[in-house]
Amino acid sequence: MSDIRQDVIHQKVQDLNDDGVDRRRFLKCMAWAGAGLVWTMSGGVPVSRAIATGGGHARDGSGGGDFSFVQISDSHMGFNKPANPDVAATLQVAVDKINGLPNQPDFLLHTGDISHLSRAEQFDTVDQILKGAKAKDVFFVPGEHDVLDDNGKSYLERYGKDARRGGWYSFDHKGVHFIGLVNVVDLKAGGLGSLGGEQLKWMEKDVKHRKHSTPIVIFAHIPLWSVYPEWGWGTEDSAQALACVKKFGSVTVLNGHIHQIMQKVEGNVTFHTAMSTAFPQPQPGKSDSPGPMKVPAEQLRSLLGITQVNTIRGKHALAVVDSTLG
Amino acid sequence: MRSWWVGNLAAAVMIAMLFFAGSMRVRAENDGVNNHNDQAAATAADVRIDNFSFAPQTLTVAAGTTVTWTNRDDIPHSVVSTDGVFKSKVRDTDEKFSYTFAKAGVYPYYCSIHPKMTGKVVVQ
Repeated sequence: MSDIRQDVIHQKVQDLNDDGVDRRRFLKCMAWAGAGLVWTMSGGVPVSRAIATGGGHARDGSGGGDFSFVQISDSHMGFNKPANPDVAATLQVAVDKINGLPNQPDFLLHTGDISHLSRAEQFDTVDQILKGAKAKDVFFVPGEHDVLDDNGKSYLERYGKDARRGGWYSFDHKGVHFIGLVNVVDLKAGGLGSLGGEQLKWMEKDVKHRKHSTPIVIFAHIPLWSVYPEWGWGTEDSAQALACVKKFGSVTVLNGHIHQIMQKVEGNVTFHTAMSTAFPQPQPGKSDSPGPMKVPAEQLRSLLGITQVNTIRGKHALAVVDSTLG
Repeated sequence: MRSWWVGNLAAAVMIAMLFFAGSMRVRAENDGVNNHNDQAAATAADVRIDNFSFAPQTLTVAAGTTVTWTNRDDIPHSVVSTDGVFKSKVRDTDEKFSYTFAKAGVYPYYCSIHPKMTGKVVVQ
């Protein structure tokens, strides 16, 4: 990252700290992918901690980061057209980048479209590449490209062993509750992503008796908020899912599907979508269709990336940091 | 005088025969072409999948027509009847799916991967 950019970012930090909370500018700063800063919302006030070498250490004596994990998404193994004829290579770059982080993540989250055509050899290749990550645990949720033809049977056989019937599940890690949702099956004509009654009932039960101070992380492939319905970028019944976590102090929603970073903060809920490791897609409305965006080869890696999420002990919210592959 | 007459008559007959033969051939070709066109209209029609859309979005065909969808997009799509009448496997670029519509009716369909993509076949 250039020195000039570093200075501008620090100036923005100054502005925010001096002026108090300025959400719109805060979000614009957050959207600067690869800024190399960890932003956290602490009591409603954005606080930044510069990452010297890409990791995350608090300088305010709060005891350092609790743990971090990395979200990757949309590897589309099997895709081989412009702008990326080699999605295996870019996934490897992502893994190398994760392995190069000064603070290793506890695990990886893959938010779906693991494969491009739900083929066994495509899932195999991704598994093979991810085996090279230092972080040995990987959690998955499927994308619509992972459940083709067999309604997800081969996906579930491979990744759903500890999951519910439809592939959804939850787990706890160091005091944070993670919920993996499936919103890519049983899609209706003309519709958006869909969670379905059975999954929503399960989720309500799952969070019902948890302390409201437990940080919640929900991850699913298609965005759980209405990013751009014209392109199907939304989930038709997500309101019910979000209603059952309304009382929790910190909810982070991590999605993929749109192959670009989008963020929204609504009360205690932070929504964030990740870049793809395979190919970028156009911004809403900037093209007739949401297909692969063709860019010059030298630009490709700057539009692909990973997302680090840091929890800070004693702080409510999680810090979400995006960085590009090149 | 007589030879002139015979010569011209022969020529005239030959020309007439050539014309007749020619027109026969043209008619046969026309019949062949017409036949082929009639068959094409009656039994086969195409839908092009490109840019996250089906073109034409509404296709009207006669009963007995086989409709072939060809994916020209750079992303896979599928063709799934809303009423469970037909369902393709995922079709990658250049792959095709065909279905023969025996009965008259309206058949709405969509892409199960990108459900915003919809189309309709009207069978008369």
